[in-house]
Amino acid sequence: MRRLRFWGTRGSLPVALTASSVRRKLSVALRAAEGRSFASDHELEAYLDELGFQVSGSYGGHTSCVEIETGGPDYVLCDLGTGVRPFGQEALSRHGSSPRTYHVFMSHVHWDHIMGFPFFAPAYVRGNRIRIYGGHDMLEDAFRRQQAKPSFPVDFAVLGADIEFIRLEPGIAYDIAGMTVKLKLQRHAGDSYGYRFTSNGRTIVYSTDSEHKLGDPIEANSFVEFFRDADVVVFDAMYSLADAISVKADWGHSSNIVGVELCQMAGVHHLCLFHHEPANSDEAIERVLAETRRFEEISRTAKPLQVTAAYDGMEIDL
Amino acid sequence: MPLTAVASKLAVRPEQPLVRMLAGMTLGADVEFSSQRFADVVVAVPVGPIDHAHAEPLRHALAPILEQPAATRRALVLNLADVAYISSMGLRVLMMAAKHLRGQNARIAVAALQPVVDEIFSIARFNHVVEVFPSVGAALATLSPDAAAAYDTAGRSGP
Repeated sequence: MRRLRFWGTRGSLPVALTASSVRRKLSVALRAAEGRSFASDHELEAYLDELGFQVSGSYGGHTSCVEIETGGPDYVLCDLGTGVRPFGQEALSRHGSSPRTYHVFMSHVHWDHIMGFPFFAPAYVRGNRIRIYGGHDMLEDAFRRQQAKPSFPVDFAVLGADIEFIRLEPGIAYDIAGMTVKLKLQRHAGDSYGYRFTSNGRTIVYSTDSEHKLGDPIEANSFVEFFRDADVVVFDAMYSLADAISVKADWGHSSNIVGVELCQMAGVHHLCLFHHEPANSDEAIERVLAETRRFEEISRTAKPLQVTAAYDGMEIDL
Repeated sequence: MPLTAVASKLAVRPEQPLVRMLAGMTLGADVEFSSQRFADVVVAVPVGPIDHAHAEPLRHALAPILEQPAATRRALVLNLADVAYISSMGLRVLMMAAKHLRGQNARIAVAALQPVVDEIFSIARFNHVVEVFPSVGAALATLSPDAAAAYDTAGRSGP
């Protein structure tokens, strides 16, 4: 595995960057410039970095879709949220109509994790192979249903690619696309599954839409073992801890605090906050990231844990 | 001063559970817990880190206080002056206590947080779950005039 590439990072619902948000970012940037001039693109880029990501960038609004670049010829994705649309455009622009194989690992089939598929252009191209893996027995039904009348004008049967649904079971190590893949049942309405991908001594864990009930040490330990020594853990940090265990208890999501604690116990190298709350602005997510890094410092007992917040377009090299 | 005298001075009944609590409890290897009643408010004092190992013992220590009749205990104040760290498990115990007390129309507050614990409360957004005060005196002044008076009468010698 070479890198992770995030095509969609938002939880529950796509979020659009609004005109007022763009205007606010421009206003901050222009005021901060205070008449400065930039002799080169390099100077300009350095200035943009000074402004901070909440001004010079945006976390983006596509729902869950993460690519694992394996170094092999096949594509590997986790989930098919709206982020898969730009991924599909990129893949087609790279390969045209020459057939490719796409391996997709589904956390679950809630709408935000499948809604991008009808707009996944490679699914319409004959010769492409799409293998959709998951722990649920209704995987295929969920995909067919969302394209059935009256929800969508193009029925699933019209798709030209060779599409196969493959059910996986927890506790088994699968060899897929050159990786060892294990899945784990997670606490979420209708169940969800986390994935542990290992290849060439590198390990990625994709664990989204997963609520962690505090006070159950057996469950906590099982996640610590699932995360054990991972290079990167992509973690559902949708809510604050207070919300996750009070007003939003049993909503099936977790917090930055629990993410740090589990990753520290597991000796993880890099925690990537994921599945951002759609109500959170760029500033709010940036604040959560800063606070999570501070909490990691406070609670650190061994090696430092790198903490980032995923954004659409972000890459993590392994 | 004997416990009964302390209880008398604080105008509380020297009931057995209170005596047991005043005597202090060991929660774990390095955490202790005690509590005192000031009129209609109980002030609880855990000492040590409230991490994953010590959260459950704290829950057990708080249970007798939460079981007290709501009519005689309008609020619980946790004096966290001697708590250097609190984990998600510790915060969960506070959340459970907050839910229980709210169900009785009682209040819960924390006081005298060390800077690190104050930061953790803010990061976890627990400052929206429990009321946070700079000191026990400030908490009691807001929660109950009777408790504040009892606390002053005690010469603020309590927790």
